[in-house]
Amino acid sequence: MSEIGKGRKGIEVSIAMADAVAQADVDVIAAYPITPQTHIVEHLADIVANGELDAEFVPVESEHSAMSVCCGSAAVGARTFTSTSSQGLALMSEIFIIAAAMRLPMVMALANRSLSSPLSIWNDHTDVMMVRDAGWIHFFVENGQEAYDGIFNAFRMSEDPGVMLPVAVNLDGFIMTHMVEPVEYVDGELIKKYLPEFKMKNALHPDNPVSMGCFAMPEIYTEAQMSREVGIKDAYPTIVKAWDEWGALTGRHYKPIETYRTDDADYCIITMGSFGETAMEVADMLREEGEKVGVVKIRLWRPFPMEEFRKSVLGKKYLIVLDRAISFGSQGGPVAMELRSALYGQKDAPVVVNYVAGLAGRDVSRKDFRNIILEGKKKAVSGHTDGFTLYGLRG
Amino acid sequence: MAKPIDEITWQELGIGAVVTEIGNSVQYKTGSWRSERPVVKKEHCIKCGVCWLFCPDMSIVQTPEGHFTANLEFCKGCGICAKECPVGCITMQGEEA
Repeated sequence: MSEIGKGRKGIEVSIAMADAVAQADVDVIAAYPITPQTHIVEHLADIVANGELDAEFVPVESEHSAMSVCCGSAAVGARTFTSTSSQGLALMSEIFIIAAAMRLPMVMALANRSLSSPLSIWNDHTDVMMVRDAGWIHFFVENGQEAYDGIFNAFRMSEDPGVMLPVAVNLDGFIMTHMVEPVEYVDGELIKKYLPEFKMKNALHPDNPVSMGCFAMPEIYTEAQMSREVGIKDAYPTIVKAWDEWGALTGRHYKPIETYRTDDADYCIITMGSFGETAMEVADMLREEGEKVGVVKIRLWRPFPMEEFRKSVLGKKYLIVLDRAISFGSQGGPVAMELRSALYGQKDAPVVVNYVAGLAGRDVSRKDFRNIILEGKKKAVSGHTDGFTLYGLRG
Repeated sequence: MAKPIDEITWQELGIGAVVTEIGNSVQYKTGSWRSERPVVKKEHCIKCGVCWLFCPDMSIVQTPEGHFTANLEFCKGCGICAKECPVGCITMQGEEA
């Protein structure tokens, strides 16, 4: 176990995440450096090379190999971590999907970045949306503390014998990865209490041979898919419990759906990721002007917390959903599509207006949020709710 | 496998469809999509084993008398054995016929 002590530190979020991985006493790290994930794995490489963490750091030749190594190490029951971004995720996508299908527990820090082309290194959610249907557990963090805490939460969820699924901790590239923030570290005693030793059921071992990732005829593939669907849905209570217990130990409470000033709100803005912090500030400003607006933040993206989401918004007049990706040729942003689908046919369902903003790191300021919220409200009132609006688009 | 593959329910599949029983691939019959089957004229067979050598799916087996025949639970009906047989004693016959 690493000697990283507890206490409050001013630290780059990537370094804090890497420290959390070391504190979680990970056994294997396989990763290929890619902007903006680089500092996370570079710091882990340092920690391992310095002898501060007894782990295998495998400097692979590509992300496809990184995920292959991770599958192998998880299959023998080793605590496994990787991190990637954008093109790296695209390259590893073949094995990424297999990790979930074979129910191999591991944790990934996914530093969200736009996909090429045009080539861009900056943040949006096009990379994570590409693997939306891969079967991983995905949650989003919106500040350094959540990123640090999220690593422990993710290992706890992933390795639970009733879950056995890979977990991606999504954080906005640069906006979070390269930010220096105050982060409260936890100590080893707390981690020991929170994160039990990983015991993989049916781990690969010569004494107990098993076959993983076998060929399936049409007669059995359907049943295998149902097993995955039930598996990720059944993970939900364990995910909630992992956050609840973390809250009890640290006083930092996380929920699948976070709400801010929604109780008496007429309408809400909905965000996922680092947009949430700005949204809360702007909601405060607008409240002072008499706008009864609240903020709903989606923390857990897969499995989607359907009931909690509905509970938080049914009865509101309209929802302004802010996406950071486009599903080309569809209704618009993947989050808005998800929410429209969750609300369809529900009693007292709010009207959904969809904006896409902040693509490839384009700044979305408080002023922009204000415009989106007020314009969105006008659209909802006048019934212009079809499709989506690309905010700040020229021409 | 305790049960034939087309009777196993999703609940009975282990997490990640891990197969914990060893050597059960012989029970995994893969010959169902064949449209033609090889038929061997034993009286012309010279027991050379070329069909056995060329079969890409190891579905040709030798009988106790030394002739070669296809194991139809695994044979896909590709016809390579019929094409390669040096004495032409294998013909492909339609499954419907």
